[in-house]
Amino acid sequence: MKIAASEGPALLAALVGGDLPDADGRFGPFGGRFAPETLMPALSRLEGAAREFFADGGACEALDRERRQWIGRPTPLTRAHHLEEAWGAQVWLKREDLAHTGAHKINNALGQAHLALKLGARRVVAETGAGQHGVAAAAACARVGLPCSVYMGVLDMERQAPNVQRMHQLGAEVVAVDKGDRTLRAATDEAFRTWVADPEGVYYLLGSAVGPHPYPWLVRELQRVIGDEARSQFAEQAGGLPDAIFACVGGGSNAIGLFHAFLGDEEVRIYGVEAGGKSLDPGENAASLSAGRPGVLHGSYSMLLYDDDGQVLETSSISAGLDYPGVGPEHALLQALGRVSYVTADDSEALESLAECCKLEGILPALEPAHAFFAARRWSAENPGKRILIGLSGRGDKDMPTLTAVGRVS
Amino acid sequence: MNTPVTGAERLRNAITDAPSPALLPFFTAGHPSRDDFHSTLSKLADAGDAVEIGVPFSDPMADGVTIQRASETALANGVSLDWILRELKAHGDPGAPLVLMSYYNPLLAYGLENLAGRCGECHVGGLIVPDLPWEECERVRELFEDHGVGLVQMVTPATPAERMRTLCRGSGGFVYAVTVTGVTGGERRVSKEMTAYMQRVGECSALPVCAGFGVRSAAQVRTLAGVADGVIVGSAVVDCLERGEDAGDFVRSLRA
Repeated sequence: MKIAASEGPALLAALVGGDLPDADGRFGPFGGRFAPETLMPALSRLEGAAREFFADGGACEALDRERRQWIGRPTPLTRAHHLEEAWGAQVWLKREDLAHTGAHKINNALGQAHLALKLGARRVVAETGAGQHGVAAAAACARVGLPCSVYMGVLDMERQAPNVQRMHQLGAEVVAVDKGDRTLRAATDEAFRTWVADPEGVYYLLGSAVGPHPYPWLVRELQRVIGDEARSQFAEQAGGLPDAIFACVGGGSNAIGLFHAFLGDEEVRIYGVEAGGKSLDPGENAASLSAGRPGVLHGSYSMLLYDDDGQVLETSSISAGLDYPGVGPEHALLQALGRVSYVTADDSEALESLAECCKLEGILPALEPAHAFFAARRWSAENPGKRILIGLSGRGDKDMPTLTAVGRVS
Repeated sequence: MNTPVTGAERLRNAITDAPSPALLPFFTAGHPSRDDFHSTLSKLADAGDAVEIGVPFSDPMADGVTIQRASETALANGVSLDWILRELKAHGDPGAPLVLMSYYNPLLAYGLENLAGRCGECHVGGLIVPDLPWEECERVRELFEDHGVGLVQMVTPATPAERMRTLCRGSGGFVYAVTVTGVTGGERRVSKEMTAYMQRVGECSALPVCAGFGVRSAAQVRTLAGVADGVIVGSAVVDCLERGEDAGDFVRSLRA
């Protein structure tokens, strides 16, 4: 979708200035609240509670303390010397893989668990794809003392088996979803239904910057710590600003968290990297921005993969965390404004970059950020000598079953 | 001279003029098979006062297992919104006004303006879009109203009083009162709370109020007489079709 050239600068200024989403939950034409009437009072209540929470110095201070003492923030910014030699660029990694439970998901899960307590919820439900959000939700709920049920597609339970065990260990109930596409999308449908059935008692801890307003905003506000930290760490350790930033985009929470602090820095080029899967043909990827069109799924108007009849397409990606047909509405706006470029890396490219990072830096990244590594390497081949910041959104331990299956483990 | 009656007005009148409560059976188009579409539509139109036709969707997030399954079957049978509209046109007047129920994305994909015109030609008097709440629906409401099709608003027991008044004033054809908080399909008794809730909706609404979600038996229907102007019977009809039974007979049995 194109936005009139005359409106672009004002929308970007509003976004940078913190004025988006607007009162209707819109990021320009995208976003909104396309939810069943049953959920509307609950969504209003959630929005009110979230606004109060962010305005409450004491609550924010308590959350900050937990971030430092329990998550282990700030996460380091690591210079990747050997990737630099291989790529001919200066490469910096924002290490969300070192956050407690092994991915950026914990930033959001902890914040929302605090909100669930504030709202007086009796229990928490969450959906998960790669299992990282499920593990984060299980851990955060254990920390604040709320029972937690995680919905997960049976296909994902197979390929991310280690995370299923971790959720059990952390006291969460894992609900196997054996319908629809049996991955993240079906799990999200099912978590929504549970919430629709009891909007008062249940808190829906949504894991990405998607869904009806206020979730895309709420999740961004809880994830922006990634970019806020990275921006000041980069200034301190490298000096100035990076030339280009890369992050993987499924629903887009780690990417929006990293990007947000840099949106106003015109000289910084920003790239979101989607899952190219097997190919860019329908059904063979999860590249909602690169291969989709505007539509409505799970409560918001954003870029979406669907057929001519409006039916949402099956997706394909080697990385369960990116295997989702939609994307957060703020990304849809950033694409329409041309502020962020969205590109793809396919399954084999992600595997190749994962292996390279292991070998050269002694870091096993998750398959999701491995997509961003590949795009960064490709870009640095065309733009030698630049300074690159990559969002390393999580660690790859969970991907061992997949890596074993594709023969990447000897 | 009388002004011509719109589809939405015909729908309202069909509910108001029926013995209380009016019956609005629901089925998913193309479930259990595409071949049954015309016979199911005829039987339900004959036995009911208006018929609600579900457009299948890949992600029916407000529906329980029964309608999810029906939706999946219909999609596997190759049903699309375009197919439904073509079949409705071919069917001609079924003898009862029709209500189309669809999630928003198939409508967007079809093209809203084009769709509104075609619905008006196919005896569709009302449109229900479960993921299109009041705040998002203005354009759809106006487009369809221009073609005489009412956008039916849903209210729930959790809807605050002021919002309830807005939704009831803005609805077209009738007001859809969700009687239990939850997805479709569960069976419920008619409680005192529910009677009070239906009264609350009725006081806000100049249009007839139809109760939905969970109606399965003649006993339930009897207790709703005088409480609701109409009753939507969804999952129970879909179950009946799945068992290969006559859905018309089932709907008639609810009046017993």
